[in-house]
Formats: sequence, structure tokens, C-alpha cells
Amino acid sequence: MADATAAALHADDHHYTATGLPSWKVGFWTFLGSECLFFGTLISTYMVYKGSSVQGPYPHEILNIPLTSVSTFVLLMSSLAMVLALDGVRRGSKKLAVTWLAVVIVFGSIFLGFQVYEFSHFVHEGLTIPRNVFGSSFFVLTGFHGAHVTVGVVWMTTLLVLALRGRLPPSKALSVEIAGLYWHFVDIVWIVIFTLIYLIQ
Amino acid sequence: MAHEATEETGAGEAHGAHESHASTGFYWMIAAVLFVITAVEVAVFYIPALSPVLVPALLTLSAAKFALVVMFFMHLRFDSPIFTGLFLAGLVLATLMVGALVILYHLLPDLQT
Repeated sequence: MADATAAALHADDHHYTATGLPSWKVGFWTFLGSECLFFGTLISTYMVYKGSSVQGPYPHEILNIPLTSVSTFVLLMSSLAMVLALDGVRRGSKKLAVTWLAVVIVFGSIFLGFQVYEFSHFVHEGLTIPRNVFGSSFFVLTGFHGAHVTVGVVWMTTLLVLALRGRLPPSKALSVEIAGLYWHFVDIVWIVIFTLIYLIQ
Repeated sequence: MAHEATEETGAGEAHGAHESHASTGFYWMIAAVLFVITAVEVAVFYIPALSPVLVPALLTLSAAKFALVVMFFMHLRFDSPIFTGLFLAGLVLATLMVGALVILYHLLPDLQT
């Protein structure tokens, strides 16, 4: 009986802390708290040097609000797809999990495509990292965010492969949930960046 | 708030996890609200008459989007308060840091040495 109970408790292959919460999830939320500070330092740097550039291009001359609004919308909708993918895994639906994970990957890739286009356009217009403090702080902040999105796309791709092979049963939902937490985090960071850098110029 | 209280079963429940999750319809509704708020943000940016309230309006709308994603897509609304505490610890520190530096460098520039 005791063995059966222990087997049931560990049926999902996850470890639990003394609080009864999965250790992976506790650790990952702690990591996300530290990521807040990481992006906080980058945003602080941008805000401190805001308006300090002595030569152009300046933000109001170069930032493309319609284009960035579309990419913001794409990233927001990828968060919806992520939560629907998790729902699919929890329901044990391979079809839903595969479909929505694929949508997350496509939308994440579209967002990265917009960023690559934006960066190349800015460089073509003369805005580079050493050009002025706006260029330095802008490229570092949005570049690190883009790197996070890239990691997320790779992570989602591995989950998609697992789902296609039938290796994402409901007992593995926590793994997808943690990947989802990461994906939603890069989304909320972009919500802040879009407002502070693009809309409040 | 209309959502299915579909408690986790099995090992998670046995370990006392508090998590439940909303229906797919609810997630679509949150996404629609996020879309509308983003559209309003962009509209506020382009309407000259709103320029005096641009900064507070955009910060409020952005905070609303942030809260919706964290509470419902990241499930903090339904999950253990321990996760909320872990996340808020970093978030509050980061917000205070950004706020303090903005005040120091832009609102009180005379204090710089």
C-alpha cells in the first residue's frame, strides 16, 4: 500500500519541495524573479541615458511604431498559443499540443524576423551600437530580449519534437508549463519595452 | 471570474499543489482584451489631444497587460502564493531600481555629482 502511494506520488517524475510544490517550478519562478532584475538593469540603463545622445539618429526619427505594434501583437498571440498548447498536453491531446506548439514557434520566429528587419534597417540608417548612447542602450536591451525569444523558440521546437514522438503525456505537463512560464515572461518583458522605449519617446 | 476550477489531480494534488486552470474560452477572452489594450495604447500614442496624459495612460495600460498575462497565462491567479512571492520579490526590486534611477537622473538632476 505504502509502495503504491509512493509510486502514485512520483508518477510524474518530478521532485517536490517540503512545501508540496514541484522543485522545478519553485526554482524556475525564482529564476524569473532574477530575470526581472536582469532586464531591470538594462531598462534602467536605457532610461538613464534617454535623451542624452549628442548625435542622431534619435528615437523619434527612427522607431517604427506601426511595424512594432504588429510584432507586439504577434508575440501576445504566441502567449495565447502557448497556454493552449499546455492545455492540450494536460488533456492528453497530441493534436492540440502539436498544433499550438507549432503556432508558438511560427509566431516567435515571425517576431524575430521583425526584429532582424528592424535592426538591419536601423544599421542602414546609421544607428549602430557605437553611434550614440541611444544605439548602445537600445541594441543591448532589445538584443538581449531577442536572444531570450530565440532560446524560447529552440525550447519550443524540442517540445514539438517530443510531442510529435508521443513523448509529452499529461504526466509531463509540468515540463511544458515551465517552458510556458519562460515564454510568457519574454512576452511581459516586451510589454514593458514596447511602452517605455517605443511609445514613450 | 468565469473559469473552470479544474484542480490538478494525481501527484500534484497529493503534494498539495494549489493550481487550477481556466477554460480555453477564458484564455481567448484574455487574448482579446490584450489585443484591445494594445490597440488603445497605439491609438493614445497617435492622438495629439491625449499627449498631456500620454505617460500615465500608457503606463496604466501596460501595467494592465502585464498583470493579465502574469495572473492568467502564467496562472499566478490560481497558483500557490509562494510563486507570487518569488516573482514579486524580483519584480518589486527591479521596479524600485528603475524608478529610483529615473528620479535621480531625470527629475532630480541637480543631485548628481
